[in-house]
Amino acid sequence: MAAVKTRSEVALNRTAIVAVLVVTIIFLAPIYWIASTAFKPRHLATTIPPTVMFEPEIGPFVKLFLRRSQLREQPTQEEYEAAPWWERLVFDGGEKVVRDGRGEVQLSGYPDRFANSLIVAVVSTVLAVGMGTLTAYGFSRFKVAGEQDWLFFILSTRMLPPVVVAIPMFLMYRVFGLNDTHIGLIILYTAFNLSFSVWLMKGFIDEIPKEYEEAALVDGYTRMQAFFKVVLPEAVTGIAATAVFCFIIAWNEYAFALIMTNRKAQTAPPFIPSQVGSGLPDWTVIAAGTFLFLLPVAIFTFLLRNHLLRGMSFGAIRK
Amino acid sequence: MATLAMTRLDPQSRAARRGWSDLTIRNAFIIPTIAFLIIFNIFPLLYSLGYSFTDFRASTNAPANFVGLANYKALLNDPFIWRNFAITAKYVIVSVAGQVIVGFGVAMLLNRAIPFKGLITTLLLLPMMLSMAVVGLFWKLLYDPSFGIINYALGLGRFEWLSNPDMALYAVAITDIWMWSPFVMLLSLAGLSAVPKHLYEAAAIDRAGPLYTFFRITLPLVAPILMIAIIFRTMEAFKTFDLAYILTSQPTTEVISIRLYKMAFQEWQTGMSCALAYIMLIMVVAITNIYVKYLNKVKER
Repeated sequence: MAAVKTRSEVALNRTAIVAVLVVTIIFLAPIYWIASTAFKPRHLATTIPPTVMFEPEIGPFVKLFLRRSQLREQPTQEEYEAAPWWERLVFDGGEKVVRDGRGEVQLSGYPDRFANSLIVAVVSTVLAVGMGTLTAYGFSRFKVAGEQDWLFFILSTRMLPPVVVAIPMFLMYRVFGLNDTHIGLIILYTAFNLSFSVWLMKGFIDEIPKEYEEAALVDGYTRMQAFFKVVLPEAVTGIAATAVFCFIIAWNEYAFALIMTNRKAQTAPPFIPSQVGSGLPDWTVIAAGTFLFLLPVAIFTFLLRNHLLRGMSFGAIRK
Repeated sequence: MATLAMTRLDPQSRAARRGWSDLTIRNAFIIPTIAFLIIFNIFPLLYSLGYSFTDFRASTNAPANFVGLANYKALLNDPFIWRNFAITAKYVIVSVAGQVIVGFGVAMLLNRAIPFKGLITTLLLLPMMLSMAVVGLFWKLLYDPSFGIINYALGLGRFEWLSNPDMALYAVAITDIWMWSPFVMLLSLAGLSAVPKHLYEAAAIDRAGPLYTFFRITLPLVAPILMIAIIFRTMEAFKTFDLAYILTSQPTTEVISIRLYKMAFQEWQTGMSCALAYIMLIMVVAITNIYVKYLNKVKER
């Protein structure tokens, strides 16, 4: 590369760096706003001008997990003082904690929906990556008549618009009683992720030299032993990256979950917007729910950073 | 297709002792996936193809009557459906063009020695990894005319975004541009970093201007990867549902997926919606075909 830099090149570089910083700040601003709103007292969430400096509190997270109702009358001094700290937080917001007949605190819908998201995403990821790895190996190492057509078929299932697939699936699930069940959603997400997993894993397995297995076969391994003891350990990074991708896709999915579930198996993405429904929404609680929901994905994105390009191009572009 | 036929082995033979034959392994590894996709993707589509020729309504117990091509004729003659397609087309153009301009622009900025480049790139990629539905919902607060930070930051006063029929589609597109420009940026960066440096040096020696260098060297070499990004985003924008459905309920933002959803699950015109689904399906398969051609083209390089 040309070592000598003219003055105008240096100036151009400086301008570019400043521009990049500005763009980064703009792109991160919405995410920062979600995170900061999640720690605000309710009256500071919707102010003009927007509140930037404030004393963070965890009230929104306490409210997120508790079923609450509007306070009809203020609690008495004794009631207030007898209440634990988290109940006082709810009182302070003009609400009270809902208890059942035996005085047990009732939880909001959020923890269940979060757990559903976790179950559905984890199980469908394991299935999609498991089947996808085997199929990718099959396509990578053996002759398959019409290989390109099969791979195109597999990818095309991934491109189907969710609502298009959801209509017949809804009708069929109704017959088999699978609407609003974990299994129903797991099947849909596995099918949705399977093609992605095959394409991505094929790229990773293609990169493992065939000579490794051939050497193992010469040493007396069966093909299956060679696959499990030689190929799989070599493919671990690829499998992990594929799994994280599949998890994120299933975790984020909205349309299928909206159509196929309503309570028992409902995941967080259709649930969180449904809280905005009536009256003035408490944006601090929505932000808290959003924040907790986005946090795992943000962490995974950092772990995946070197594989993002590959994943987003179905394994076609490798660095 | 991968055939199930295999030769029977003599149980005493060396091959049998060596475990499953390659053919068996190939079939055992590939067939379950193909079968799974056929059962849960292709079979349902055949099922709905059948319904698309009927007047079936899933909300009643009335049996489905065969109506031939009536649903398709009705849909193609319905000016409202064409309006939904027109809204979708406008959305695709605005949002994909925005993503290409912003994404490619930022990639051009990033394609040089910058402190903390890796960290900045990862941070910029964050929006596209997040749930459209959940993050999209929060943009409702950002767009709020009285206390949204967008109006405040831009000094727009009480400008209406989502409740303004003329603005709502652009608001949805802006959110989509925010989420998916990083995708175009990611692919563009890969393309830009693959341009051989000596081409730029040669151009500099020839005293080529920056515009000439850009149009004659940079753009042609990045074009294949950029095309992948554009086709993929076009397809996704064409199918868009989550963002527009969550952000607004304006008739001016009723893209085709939302129309299909309402037809199927709110108006319960099951037969008719299956027909519309098929019209969409044909369009998507056509775009997918082009997309895969480009994917394979880039792969060969």
